[in-house]
Amino acid sequence: MKIKETLAELSNLRAVSGAETEVSSYLLDRLEAGRFQLRVDSIGNLLVRKGSKKGKRVMLSAHMDEVGLMIMDFEKSGLLRFRAIGGIDNRVLVAKRLRVGFHDLPGIIGSKPIHLQKKGEQDKPFNDNALYIDCGFKNREEASNYLKVGEYATFDVKCAAISKNALRGKAFDDRAGCLVLLYLLLEKNGLSFDAAFTVQEEVGTRGAQIAAYTMEPDRALVVETTAAADTPETEQELSSTILGQGPAISLMDSTIMVDRQLRTELAMAAEKAGISYQYRRFTGAGTDGGAIAYSRSGVKTAVLSVPCRYLHSPHSVLYESDLKSTVDLVRSWLEEQQ
Amino acid sequence: MLLDKVLKTLTELYGPPGEEEAVREKIAELIGKRADSAYTDQLGNLFVLFKGNAPKIMVSAHMDEIGVIVTNIDEKGFLRFAPLGGLAPYTLIGQRLKFRSGLKGLVYHEKIKDLKELNWTRLYIDIGLKSKPEAEKTVSIGDLACLDQPFVDLPGGRYLAKAMDNRAGCAVLVETINSLKGPLPQEVCFVFTIQEELGLRGAKTAAFGYEPDYGLAVDVTLVGDTPKSATMAVSLGMGPAIKVKDSSVVTHPLVRRFMVDRADNLKIAYQLEVLERGGTDAGAIHLSRAGVPSGALSIPCRYVHTPSEMVDSADLQNAVSLLCGILSAPWPAVMGRQL
Repeated sequence: MKIKETLAELSNLRAVSGAETEVSSYLLDRLEAGRFQLRVDSIGNLLVRKGSKKGKRVMLSAHMDEVGLMIMDFEKSGLLRFRAIGGIDNRVLVAKRLRVGFHDLPGIIGSKPIHLQKKGEQDKPFNDNALYIDCGFKNREEASNYLKVGEYATFDVKCAAISKNALRGKAFDDRAGCLVLLYLLLEKNGLSFDAAFTVQEEVGTRGAQIAAYTMEPDRALVVETTAAADTPETEQELSSTILGQGPAISLMDSTIMVDRQLRTELAMAAEKAGISYQYRRFTGAGTDGGAIAYSRSGVKTAVLSVPCRYLHSPHSVLYESDLKSTVDLVRSWLEEQQ
Repeated sequence: MLLDKVLKTLTELYGPPGEEEAVREKIAELIGKRADSAYTDQLGNLFVLFKGNAPKIMVSAHMDEIGVIVTNIDEKGFLRFAPLGGLAPYTLIGQRLKFRSGLKGLVYHEKIKDLKELNWTRLYIDIGLKSKPEAEKTVSIGDLACLDQPFVDLPGGRYLAKAMDNRAGCAVLVETINSLKGPLPQEVCFVFTIQEELGLRGAKTAAFGYEPDYGLAVDVTLVGDTPKSATMAVSLGMGPAIKVKDSSVVTHPLVRRFMVDRADNLKIAYQLEVLERGGTDAGAIHLSRAGVPSGALSIPCRYVHTPSEMVDSADLQNAVSLLCGILSAPWPAVMGRQL
């Protein structure tokens, strides 16, 4: 599999929480050729079984959804009111290009221009009501011919390489994780494991709860992206992760206390295979980890992330080398689980 | 072992959320072979089962205590950390911590002009080592630590210790297990749970695994009897508290009535507890599977989530007597009926 091209394809798909079928269809297309047991469950999770090993099973999971916007209302002027789906900083929304609704209309996020702003207005970010989507409609009637309330908008961004190693794109969170799972499913490696491509992580790790209940794994590994704050304004101790230093092993986040045995196994697998890794030096923010770990009678669960700058914005940046090391580390760990 | 000795032993153990092993092993040792069986689950909850007829009652007390987790080691060997559980940054200034390895450290803060500027990123742990390589030989990113405070037997029958929340509850369960006489009218499983301080996590998986008909948590609760404290009608020394509600659960009316009736019959002083903020294992148990009528027995405690939490010995003894009384009486058959 060509890693860069596949990540680009995945990242360019549109799948805001609650509407993940573009991603699940893409994955189904690619997986159909292999002989997997495939299932899409009631909430939309894509569940895949690889290998014939009976008994205790390991589940990998990655979420298919991305943060985005939902159309909430039409103004008389034809401008659209929206709400963020998932955590988005209003400050990254201003003046961004969008792909809007089922018919994939071009649009932009509009706000009051600097000429009309009163003194002091520039000191504060725009609040939700001071931002709107502009698709060029001349009035409410025209807007309602093309769109319905409840349709989604995504950032209009095509994934691209910005250097030999660095890629930029909109939905690396968590298409990078989807890519790692897809890669390990499709390559010939003789491994047995389950893969859960989950829905609605960004609105509260909802798909993962249901996937974990159905799959009843013995152990689980969540493959995610995590914020790298290796940027000039941040002290080293607050950087959380650093691009280029390899996959980040989580200690805990707001949803999970990572199983100590599992995270030690990951670190040992990395050392044995000579893969560089780092710890995620931050304990906040959430992942599917908790929903899986505290499912049923409990599941030993760890979280491994590709470090990524500018998460939940139109342009995240990650290193291909980190992505490859993540694939290698997950494979090495899985080999020990067989 | 006497209750105060059990409490001293348990409170002085190391047990932040996720690393409850020492507490679990000590409890298993203290209850000996009194139960029909004792086992742990995948995540580390300890189940102590007294087999019997339906209904099945789950009595839980969490083993974990508030603590911290190391997130960074700097060039000079200072550690940065994040909190585990709901504690305020200022409570840790000048406090000693202990790690699982036995290593000790001190918490202090960067230079700040005003205490209002204090937050977790301004605090660090000094373990007395001079460099990153030296520090990394004894501590790793991801290591946990808890407070390091001895148990103190105060005059007036009151005790001071770290981790009273919830080793006091654990001690009440241990003492109850060791005092229960003869076969019980129903099945009872005492569950010592993990990771309560991070969101009732152990109780959630434990309740799923055991499938109880009723749930009862034993935990500490806040009091309103100190100078200019927030209003709360629970005081130290006035008896164990029967929970009416907190942020995680409203005690099922049948469970509450059953507990109140037993206390009245046995003439054990009790208080009714309405806790405005805070939760306990009952919150997770009552929402397990198809729903489990649940409640809680609370031990009044001053200065919860600080290095020195205070309880009253009479409250503890009365909690044991009331819990024995509650479990020795036949509980009503499982509820739910055809309409």
